[in-house]
Amino acid sequence: MTEHRTGYARVVTAARFDLDAMLADPVTKIVVCCGSGGVGKTTTAAAIGVRAAEVHGRRVVVLTIDPARRLAQSMGLTELDNTPRQVKGIDTEGTGGELHAMMLDMKRTFDEVVQEHTTPQRAAEIFANPFYQAMSSTFAGTQEYMAMEKLGQLQGTDEWDLIVVDTPPSRSALDFLDAPARLSRFLDGRMLRLLLAPARSGGRSVFSLVTASFGLFSRAVQKILGAQLLTDLSGFVAALDSMFGGFRQRADETYRILQDPQTAFLLIASPERDAVREAAYFAERLVAERMPLAGLVLNRVHRSELPGLTADEAERAAAALDETDGNEVTADALRIHASLLRQTERETRVAATFSDAFPAVPMAAVTAQPTDVHDVDGLRTIGAALATAGQP
Amino acid sequence: MGDQQRTSRWPARLHVVTGKGGTGKTSVAAALALGLAEGGRRVLLVEVEGRQGIAQLFGAEPLPYKELRIAQVPGGGEVRALAVDAEEALLEYLEMFYRLGAAGRALRKVGAIDFATTIAPGLRDVLLTGKVKESTTRARDGRRVYDAVVLDAPPTGRIGRFLNVTAETARLAKVGPIKTQSEGVASLLRSPITSVHVVTLLEEMPVQESLDAIAELRALDISIGRIILNGVRPPLLGESKVTKAELKRGLTAAGLAADAGTVAVLQDEAKAHLTRRGLEESLRAELAELGLPMVELPLLARGVDRDGLDALAEALMGD
Repeated sequence: MTEHRTGYARVVTAARFDLDAMLADPVTKIVVCCGSGGVGKTTTAAAIGVRAAEVHGRRVVVLTIDPARRLAQSMGLTELDNTPRQVKGIDTEGTGGELHAMMLDMKRTFDEVVQEHTTPQRAAEIFANPFYQAMSSTFAGTQEYMAMEKLGQLQGTDEWDLIVVDTPPSRSALDFLDAPARLSRFLDGRMLRLLLAPARSGGRSVFSLVTASFGLFSRAVQKILGAQLLTDLSGFVAALDSMFGGFRQRADETYRILQDPQTAFLLIASPERDAVREAAYFAERLVAERMPLAGLVLNRVHRSELPGLTADEAERAAAALDETDGNEVTADALRIHASLLRQTERETRVAATFSDAFPAVPMAAVTAQPTDVHDVDGLRTIGAALATAGQP
Repeated sequence: MGDQQRTSRWPARLHVVTGKGGTGKTSVAAALALGLAEGGRRVLLVEVEGRQGIAQLFGAEPLPYKELRIAQVPGGGEVRALAVDAEEALLEYLEMFYRLGAAGRALRKVGAIDFATTIAPGLRDVLLTGKVKESTTRARDGRRVYDAVVLDAPPTGRIGRFLNVTAETARLAKVGPIKTQSEGVASLLRSPITSVHVVTLLEEMPVQESLDAIAELRALDISIGRIILNGVRPPLLGESKVTKAELKRGLTAAGLAADAGTVAVLQDEAKAHLTRRGLEESLRAELAELGLPMVELPLLARGVDRDGLDALAEALMGD
């Protein structure tokens, strides 16, 4: 049943993404939902969680990293903290599944990592440092890195049969993959070593022992940043120094898990140019990094049950009806039909840019719902729609 | 109406355009820049997130760190575009104020700039907004270089933090040039020169995020210009009920097939339209409660190209 996951490399027939096959496969332990902002990632992740628990009897945890707390709303939870909470209102009587959900608390996760890798005294110093405070809440990539860290933690407990991850609403979906490497690069960077040199040798001032060739450089830094800032900075890097090895090792381990066949990456997009382009970038990366790409989910796709009446015909007929009396309603109904068909055409064109580039990546299109999803019933409907989208 | 009067309806000189991802804020920012360039004006369109969204929109090569002309507007106006990069901005800043030269290059070589902007992300935002401030206030021979600057800003989820530069840096730098720089940016953002516009679709999530962002910005004393409703569909069907009998009669009158299947599908499509419109109306009412001026932009039937951007520009200016 791993066919669909490795399929992108071999299968050349028009591939449909089969959600149920993926969720029924006991090998699948992690589903990562990636895509740009505003494409329904969180909803898709939650819907997959509901279906996995209800239909496939799995013990699922959905990890969301979205600060808008949307998953909380749609799952009827008032508060999501850093620990998984069981979701009520789902029907798992027949299957014995369970659904839990949690929202990543970035700062708290970072604090936990620090505590785990250093002594209580060091941890206290780190927490008090203004650089740590800035970095733990705003470092570009901290969210992604901490999401990885949390995923690693959840995976490590063996408590979960399936982990569904909703990736952060990044600038770029690729940030999720790049964050650990960026952190490693940062920790290995020359700048950090430069700053650490005096700290490591017990020096007092950050730049006092820097070699003469950097004199010009250190003067420049002093001039721009000021002495107080440098003191804080040196304290921070010195304190962090003790935990670097642990940091990097964890990030590398999580990256390896993501390459393992137990993981399935799902690209999520809406049928819009930017969203599909972003999905294509991500697909390229996944293929290049040999990461298991399960498929593309196109959310909020429109379709008409009456493609035989073309947009042009409908518009012409509407214009003709405008010249008559008492046919306003039909004229408008025809215009609605025409605009629906035009939207469908536009969406098909956009979707084709992806399938032309990645013909073997299975795809599923989920029809737009008239209103947004607010509850478990809505998630169940989306999950079912996603599952049937993959059936021939 | 004359061009002068039209552009004067957008009185700020720095227009910050934000919106939830997927609402089309980059297209709206570009259209606003085109609109503000009418009457022979010169406008700078800036992006700060390294997405190269402007270049893609205009079908141009990726933008370097340079102000390049990206569009001309009838009447002699032009739009220049700039993709601000934090590293480049810092080097430029150092050059301008400290004449660092070789030392500046050394900073980059050892990764100092990457380091500084990584460890103190607030610093990155100060550099980005600092560059925006510089281009907004730049003058040559006693004349402003740009009549208006339009910033394609980070999305609603990050806009508060992005614009609240002083708070982010105050923690780190209590004295010195970073503090001075961020204070300068902060006062520009809170002055009448700046206006923040929020782009949204009439959908629940974007509207909710817009409301959250507006509340956040107001709490920061940053004033909101307009709410821009993007992708608005023409109002069809009014208050009408759509009956099968009526559709059957109408289809027959139009000489189209009027079988039960066709009628049922058209009725379903009309009902779905009415459901969505009902939702849109309640969202519109929710936004109207904010008491901010709203402008509506039509859904572009053929996607966003230069013609589409010009149509949006006209809708923005003609309002």
